[in-house]
Amino acid sequence: MDSLAGKKPLVVWALNLSVLALVLLWIFPTLGLFVSSFRTNEQITSSGWWASLFPAEQTLQLRALDPDDFRIETATGVFTVEGNLFEEGEAADISRWGTSSRAPDAYAVGETADLGEGETITLATDGAYIWQGNDDQISGRGQRMFVVATVPPEFTGDNYNNVLFSPTNSENMAKAFFNTLTVVIPSTIIPILIAAFAAYALAWMDFPGRALLIAAVVALLVVPLQLALIPLLSLHNAIGIGKGYLGVWMAHTGFGLPLAIYLLRNYMVGLPRDIIENARVDGATEFQIFTKIILPLSFPALASFAIFQFLWTWNDLLVALVFLIDSSGQTTVMTKQIVELLGTRGGDWEVLATSAFVSIAVPLLVFFMMQRYLVRGLLAGSVK
Amino acid sequence: MHPALLGVVTIVIGVTGCVGYFYGANLLLDKVLFPAAGPNIGRNINRREAIRPWIFLFPAMLGLGLYLAYPVFATLRLSFLERIPGNEYVFVGLKNYRQMFAEDKFMEALRNNILWLVVVPAASTAFGLLAAQLTDRLRWGNIAKSIIFMPMAISFVGAAVIFKLIYEARPEDVAQIGVLNALYMQFGGDTPQQWLTIPFWNNFFLMAVLIWIQTGFAMVILSAALRGIPEETIEAAVIDGANPFQIFFKIKVPQITSTIVVVWTTITIATLKVFDIVFAMTNGQWETQVLANYMYTKMFVARDWGIGSASAMIIMLLVMPILVWNVYNARKEMR
Repeated sequence: MDSLAGKKPLVVWALNLSVLALVLLWIFPTLGLFVSSFRTNEQITSSGWWASLFPAEQTLQLRALDPDDFRIETATGVFTVEGNLFEEGEAADISRWGTSSRAPDAYAVGETADLGEGETITLATDGAYIWQGNDDQISGRGQRMFVVATVPPEFTGDNYNNVLFSPTNSENMAKAFFNTLTVVIPSTIIPILIAAFAAYALAWMDFPGRALLIAAVVALLVVPLQLALIPLLSLHNAIGIGKGYLGVWMAHTGFGLPLAIYLLRNYMVGLPRDIIENARVDGATEFQIFTKIILPLSFPALASFAIFQFLWTWNDLLVALVFLIDSSGQTTVMTKQIVELLGTRGGDWEVLATSAFVSIAVPLLVFFMMQRYLVRGLLAGSVK
Repeated sequence: MHPALLGVVTIVIGVTGCVGYFYGANLLLDKVLFPAAGPNIGRNINRREAIRPWIFLFPAMLGLGLYLAYPVFATLRLSFLERIPGNEYVFVGLKNYRQMFAEDKFMEALRNNILWLVVVPAASTAFGLLAAQLTDRLRWGNIAKSIIFMPMAISFVGAAVIFKLIYEARPEDVAQIGVLNALYMQFGGDTPQQWLTIPFWNNFFLMAVLIWIQTGFAMVILSAALRGIPEETIEAAVIDGANPFQIFFKIKVPQITSTIVVVWTTITIATLKVFDIVFAMTNGQWETQVLANYMYTKMFVARDWGIGSASAMIIMLLVMPILVWNVYNARKEMR
């Protein structure tokens, strides 16, 4: 392909452009949520998020300064208020303006509007105005002005503040975040240990029934966990665990075992035979071989599985719904919280987008940091 | 106890318990039960090496057996039972299944699931293959792959929110904030559509979420397979004057067929179990029900364990061919 494509710049261009299109298509949805989480509800509902990335033309209603405080008598009987419609740092580009809501684009910038009986206003592009008139006209409240302005993109971090830290919010994402963390960490660590020992036995020990056990692990790899829900919930209730963290940890451990054993065994089988035989000859016990040689060498596979299990338990909804979340709602996890928000506050996009992004930020971080191990694990886990 | 503290305690107990069990059991075996000394040294060593694998395997076998194997049989049993007042169960034979198949909602779920099974694995694999091939020799190919692979890390629920924003519809006279309706209106649509409420087609809008997630997986695996193709076969084709399309379809694809099958079946399994997406986006309304969500509704909303278990068995039945195929391959490979 290299030689072929290299000869034809047109092909190279087409290739680059089609990959770019594919990449944009794939990142566009996530980007939408990300951008929306930095906009206020009003912004989200008034324009598409893609528009917020560019300066937008908006009609704004603004007011000149209070004449009673700011007017200056520039000539006898002529009062003037000078100022800027925008506050400092709030720049915008005005294209047209007017003094009534019916005709916000009546005048061009720099044009002087005649408000009758000698009262005039002049407005510049940057919002600076000069409002002139007699004692009577320049009094009371500041003159209302309507401007058609190009406003630069504006974003806010308030949503995150609200969702995570506001003491009054009912969404309680912070609590759900810690609950999720509480579910995930033991559920990731414990299956690794159990599976590593079993994988070693299946990879390097000879015993009758080994092939059968490996086949059983492969079979259990695809058993839908839907089947496990009712029998295990009854079991948990019968032995007094009920719904709670202990139950969800055990469930995640059980459900994670087949993949863990399968991945680790595939990896361990590939370790050089000599090392293990030599250690055996030197009189090392199997336990020593396992802890001193196999475990350190298997680190990449352990890391792969840890990432899988982390992503899966962090993103899980079903297992948490069945084994963890009780009617008190104290043990809710983020996924459940978001589903709840979708139902009750489906229109509050700023809360929804921010909550969802909080929940996907951690897996995304893990993903980008540990991508190498994830890919390696995927390849070991599925390519025969 | 505070849950976080409980978590830490569990980790400590779990880890030390595991390590202690393995260490203690091995020690017991080596030093107490069958020491490598005394008159029976040969017999002792043989016996302890026969027992040791089972010490290593026991916790995992317990976990697998209790949490995956036992439930299959327990669910099978439950699917033949019916709960009668007084928390008793009676054997009702195939009544649950008959009742279930007579239900419109179940047939709808079965129909939709089959639609999902046809569309999602095919589309994900095709997109994945396309992405793998296109990014293969690109200088920024790895960045492109990272981005296409990224949705893999996003939860189904998170993806549901992301796509709800895409499908959002606003009244006709205001700006559309969902990109699909914005495009639709741009290209001459008359009124904004509630995409998720249009029967039949809404299934495809839900499937798009899973395809978006699974394409990265397919791409990663297929990309590795493409790289594994011997260079000579491609060079030979180039010399013979094959065009890029011929090289791709006639030389490359046939060489990675087995990988394509693996990717296809893996995505098929994921599709069969799809629950969160439907649960979060439509909850089976507007004729979008699928088996996993039907089962959840039966079990935990209607509390009908008989029919819930029966529908779970249908999912198991659909998984069965792949299960057999996988086991067959794994055994063939070990020989």
